[in-house]
Amino acid sequence: MDLIDTFFNAKVFWTALPQLLEGLWTTIVLGLVSILAGLVTGLAMALVRLYGVPALRAAARVYTDVMRSIPLLVLLVLVYYALPFVGIRLTSFMAAATALTLVSCAYTAEIFRAGIEAIPRGQFEAAQAIGLGFFSSMRDVILPQAFRIVVPPLTSNCINVLKDTALASVVAMPDLLKQATQAQALAANPTPLIGAALLYLLLLLPLVRLVGYFEARHRKASR
Amino acid sequence: MAALIEIRALHKSYGRFEALRGIDLDIASGEVVVVVGPSGSGKSTLIRCINLLEDYQRGEVRVDGEKVQRGPALARVRAEVGMVFQSFNLFPHLNALANVALGPLRVRHLSRQAANERALALLERVGLADHAHKLPGQLSGGQQQRVAIARALAMEPKVLLFDEPTSALDPEMVGEVLDVMQNLARTGVTMVIVTHEMGFARRVAHRIVFMEGGQVVEQSAPEQFFSAPREPRTRAFLQAILQH
Repeated sequence: MDLIDTFFNAKVFWTALPQLLEGLWTTIVLGLVSILAGLVTGLAMALVRLYGVPALRAAARVYTDVMRSIPLLVLLVLVYYALPFVGIRLTSFMAAATALTLVSCAYTAEIFRAGIEAIPRGQFEAAQAIGLGFFSSMRDVILPQAFRIVVPPLTSNCINVLKDTALASVVAMPDLLKQATQAQALAANPTPLIGAALLYLLLLLPLVRLVGYFEARHRKASR
Repeated sequence: MAALIEIRALHKSYGRFEALRGIDLDIASGEVVVVVGPSGSGKSTLIRCINLLEDYQRGEVRVDGEKVQRGPALARVRAEVGMVFQSFNLFPHLNALANVALGPLRVRHLSRQAANERALALLERVGLADHAHKLPGQLSGGQQQRVAIARALAMEPKVLLFDEPTSALDPEMVGEVLDVMQNLARTGVTMVIVTHEMGFARRVAHRIVFMEGGQVVEQSAPEQFFSAPREPRTRAFLQAILQH
């Protein structure tokens, strides 16, 4: 009985729930903003990496390598606590979104690059042979095919971004985890933490399942 | 009058291997030229150089007087040169109609409706109007290649290049593709065809170009080429392939 009162205290849970849902909403918004910004910038980065002039290509390679190497928490702390020293003061939401986007952009770029490189050369040649320019070749021929290939790894990356939003609690961002720890402190009871964990699972388990579904469908389609 | 395609002193090498060793070739408007030769003789490389799918080290190619070179004008020149590939290279995510309509839509800037009408007319011409809404994966190899021919024609190019168009086909589908090509040849389309189909070459070509070792060894009208080849290398080649 004690155990249930400690970890699954109904009264504490219902008191904390509005706060947790508020945090969940913040987490979702932060995740979506970072995912969308990461997708757009990642695609641009992949195109630069593949087709830019040599200097830009090298810069894109350095960027993706650095951003995939640096721990996200370190980057987040740098953005939030170090940038103010050069006069750039970001809100915790902005700081978290920036750090998440910077990293997501690098991973997304690598995913798109692999997807584009998997398109057979004949497709590029056929597009060139009918006189399509670079922009139209990409939009009408290459990217629609590449998108199909990258849906599973891209979804996987989105899951990572959503999970990593929890790091934002470090910079005082009132996300799900932060709200849960505050509620826990207030109630002197860990139930809100359990609640937060369950909400994370509720959000992410379906997405993980979705990746499995996409992968199975992709395997079937490419057979 | 200048030739439609002028190839001058074309040299191409892959590392140390010389694929093309000084090709000079003119192709007149309305002419059907079939390029034959043993594999590795450079015939595919040659026609891929015409629309610069293949870079080369020396020499030049002109299409209708305009030099084919890297730069902003390249896409415009390529639009005038249709190409049919050995492996079809249809766009797998677009149905037959959209494959054919894409060029007119994006390069010729036709309206969607006008592009689709043109595409449908061309699919009709290659006998595939009923399959307009199928994806390439739902078509046989022969049907895919006919769609690819329609796609090339949709640009109303000045010349059509065929890079071994029947080599990837099951034998029973070769005929339908060759029939379409033969009909095109009759309507005065300028064509450069790399093929191993000697019967087709004999029936359809105005001129046969025999290549070996990256050079043009001999070129002549089909009658003379098959019955009285001048060069010993041509004779050896013909003997080897006509023996079976």
